[in-house]
Amino acid sequence: MAAVSITPAPRITTLILQRKTLAIGLAVILAIALLALFAPLIAPYAPNKLSIVNRLKPPSATWLFGTDEFGRDIFSRTIYAGRLSLTVGAAATALAGVIGITLGIVAGFFRRADTVIARIVDAMMAFPDILLAIALVAALGPSLATVIVALGIVYAPRLARIVRASTLVIRELPYVEAARALGVPTWRIMTRHVLRNLVSPILVQATFIFAYAMLAEASLSFLGVGVSPEIPTWGTMIAAGRQYVGQADWMTIFPGVAIILSVLSLQLVGDGLRDLLDPRLRKDL
Amino acid sequence: MTRYILQRLLGMLAVMFTVVTIVFIIVRIAPGDPAAVMLGPDATPADIAALRARLGLDRPLAVQYLFFLGQLARGDLGQSIFLDMPVTQALAERAEPTFFLTLFSILIASAIALPVGILSAYKRGTLFDQAVTTFAMFAASIPSFWLGLVLIQVFAVRLGWFPVAGYGGPDAPFLTRLSHLVLPAVALGIVSSALITRFTRASMLDVLNDDYVRTARSKGMGEFRVVMKHAFKNALIPVLTVIGLTAALLVSGAVVTETVFSLPGIGNLVVSAVLRRDYPVIQGALLVIAAIYVLINFGIDMLYILIDPRVRY
Amino acid sequence: MAAVLSAPSPSPLAETLPEDVVLRADDLHTHFIVGERAAKSVDGVTLTVRRGQTLAVVGESGSGKSVTSLSIMRLLAYPGRIVSGRILYRLRDGTVVDLASLPEKRMRAIRGKEIAMIFQEPMTSLNPLFTVGDQIMEMIRLHEPVSRQEARQRARRMLELVEIPAAEKRLDQYPHEMSGGMRQRVMIALALSCNPALLIADEPTTALDVTIQAQILDLMRRLQRDIGMSILFITHNLGVVAEIAHEVAVMYAGRVVEQAPVGALFARPRHPYTKGLLACIPNPERDRTADGKRLMLKPIPGNVPSVLALPPGCTYAPRCPLAEPRCEREAPGLVPAGPGHLSRCFRHELL
Repeated sequence: MAAVSITPAPRITTLILQRKTLAIGLAVILAIALLALFAPLIAPYAPNKLSIVNRLKPPSATWLFGTDEFGRDIFSRTIYAGRLSLTVGAAATALAGVIGITLGIVAGFFRRADTVIARIVDAMMAFPDILLAIALVAALGPSLATVIVALGIVYAPRLARIVRASTLVIRELPYVEAARALGVPTWRIMTRHVLRNLVSPILVQATFIFAYAMLAEASLSFLGVGVSPEIPTWGTMIAAGRQYVGQADWMTIFPGVAIILSVLSLQLVGDGLRDLLDPRLRKDL
Repeated sequence: MTRYILQRLLGMLAVMFTVVTIVFIIVRIAPGDPAAVMLGPDATPADIAALRARLGLDRPLAVQYLFFLGQLARGDLGQSIFLDMPVTQALAERAEPTFFLTLFSILIASAIALPVGILSAYKRGTLFDQAVTTFAMFAASIPSFWLGLVLIQVFAVRLGWFPVAGYGGPDAPFLTRLSHLVLPAVALGIVSSALITRFTRASMLDVLNDDYVRTARSKGMGEFRVVMKHAFKNALIPVLTVIGLTAALLVSGAVVTETVFSLPGIGNLVVSAVLRRDYPVIQGALLVIAAIYVLINFGIDMLYILIDPRVRY
Repeated sequence: MAAVLSAPSPSPLAETLPEDVVLRADDLHTHFIVGERAAKSVDGVTLTVRRGQTLAVVGESGSGKSVTSLSIMRLLAYPGRIVSGRILYRLRDGTVVDLASLPEKRMRAIRGKEIAMIFQEPMTSLNPLFTVGDQIMEMIRLHEPVSRQEARQRARRMLELVEIPAAEKRLDQYPHEMSGGMRQRVMIALALSCNPALLIADEPTTALDVTIQAQILDLMRRLQRDIGMSILFITHNLGVVAEIAHEVAVMYAGRVVEQAPVGALFARPRHPYTKGLLACIPNPERDRTADGKRLMLKPIPGNVPSVLALPPGCTYAPRCPLAEPRCEREAPGLVPAGPGHLSRCFRHELL
């Protein structure tokens, strides 16, 4: 009873609300993904169709989000841009996952590798993510692929840290020790016992990395050090609109809203997943 | 306590050493010959060879690495290829706007995040708390450059309250230069308040249930004093950590925001260096910013000594 | 502060409280309300603390004894709430107030000054970031207009009172520099620093080693004799009860099922639950057959009912060897069962 009186149980309404945010987040990000996937069917205009007579038109029934400096339809470009932004985010997350999980498990299992990996991970975290991404893209040469690789490398340490910490805990669990004592090979223990227990923290963290990667991609594209300015991504669209601030605000507003909606819904999903999968993690952030 | 300081100092040096190595590797993995890239397509092989020799690129990697370390030990970050000045000078000339931008942003972020986070934890589960949680998540989803553009649209273009861009030139009075920093600092401050708010709320929630908070109440003091003196001081350590972290991240937020507002800061320098492939500048900026991060973290570790007697012991 | 406490006219509540009673909880109900559900942690507690005496409240964990004490101090954590009932308390000036309905501001003047509390966990109940001296001085200066130096003098005297050696040096130490027993002494010094009329001690010795436990109990007994305060002592340990209490209130599932002077309770419990509890104490003489073989202790069968779903009648009926059909339907009241002896059982005469 003492426990009940001191740490009040979370209100049931709050719990439901948090599930509701998970549902809303999922619905929004799925809707954005579907819009992007079926862009050719949905977009009223081709994303690169020029129409100089119609340049810088404000939003109207004809051009839902207005047009840009070349008379291209912002709405069509926004949903096409979603394809790239989502792809970059997903691919970078997947790459970060492969690198981070591998490093994390190896560090968690082998003491000697741990000192090296932990040191590198700490040092990588000393670089602000966007700056490191910029430097990597500069070193690798700007292209879509290098942006993905750079972001994958930048976010891998976050996963590596979480995986390492969980692995250290899991490897001491009685049944894992028992498996080791029975002579089950280490790689088998890692894949069978450890990975399975890591699914939920990895899933939660990956959702957040997806969100951060999309933000970072937009920043790189905006700076002109990422994807080529000719390719419509939300970042390059905002960069183009920058010249017309005060004159054609819709050029910056709509792609920005698209970024916010995507990142927000991904964060909602991450939060919701965390509550759902592992209530113990609720307290961190 | 001496042991604690020595430990942190060694940790800092170890991280810094790895940082230096990583920066060295990043710059060396660039495909193609940096000398050829710098000189452009019209360069003769002799020119390229001369530049390679000047940059030390003709020597084995291990030698280059040692040479690089030796340079750093003398505080030499090399020579910029395009600016015709040492990298250290280029960085120093651009430091002021970045420094003040970061400082003001962190002040704005803390001024929003600390009271809101504390109150939100205190009134957990209420409508206010839910609104704060939602706002924090929303703010964390806004790209800072986009928010900067929106602020320019509203406060600079429409209302004309603040300058649109720039830093007022090198001879502008200090106040004028500061007025150029208001909008970028607000943009960065709002975006980075999200993380601090969530952290403040979480660590306050932790300590508000602690036994000594109940003891404080049982002494008969008012709620404000219970929360601010007894609870908040205990929540301060994780909160300070995240503020320090945010300050370091702000330096990179500044990279983007400085571009939006055309502020002649370090971020702007980095972006133009990347576009021009001015490797020494990229390398120097990376090192300096990482060093700032590591130093801020070390400073926070030292602050713990003041706050927590258990560290002092 | 004192002006707030002394009401201008004698309180109409005064007649309801006999002269020798400091505190009387009257049909107190404290619930933890989560959405539509209410956890009835305290479900009709009635108990009396007499001046200068120690009332021990005994019960298993979950019986509501801690919640009762937090209700009296009005320190319930969200979503706990006093739903009904009164907590009558006699202030030092003789006025009687109802703590259950007192405005928070007046309550603050009572906490620490009139009623002080010590808690179960000495390791975590002191703030780790302030010196022991600061924490005691804070309490003194909250309630009395004294200078820092004076407060420090008094804090030092308090540490001496609780038999902490090198008190002057200890004042400047932090909690982490002290052992658990030492910290509990500090908590006692802190609680007593404003001369409270009532001390609530919530399992103050449970977290301590047995030898330290005995020292702390000795100290509390001596302080009570010297200072003359009343103590509400919460514990689950009947051995501790026997050592320190004048009277005992036994709690079960949010209610007091029996209150009696300590001798009478141990000699002849008048509630089947109390009897069951006493049978759980190992007693080498009793638990032996005539030929010297050891007998097994008899645990009480079944479990404490959930506070979310209390049975309609007597809450103990599902586990009670004496239960009859009536016990399942009707909840018994607290009725006299001997001199100064109250029992919440229809069949107490059978015991």
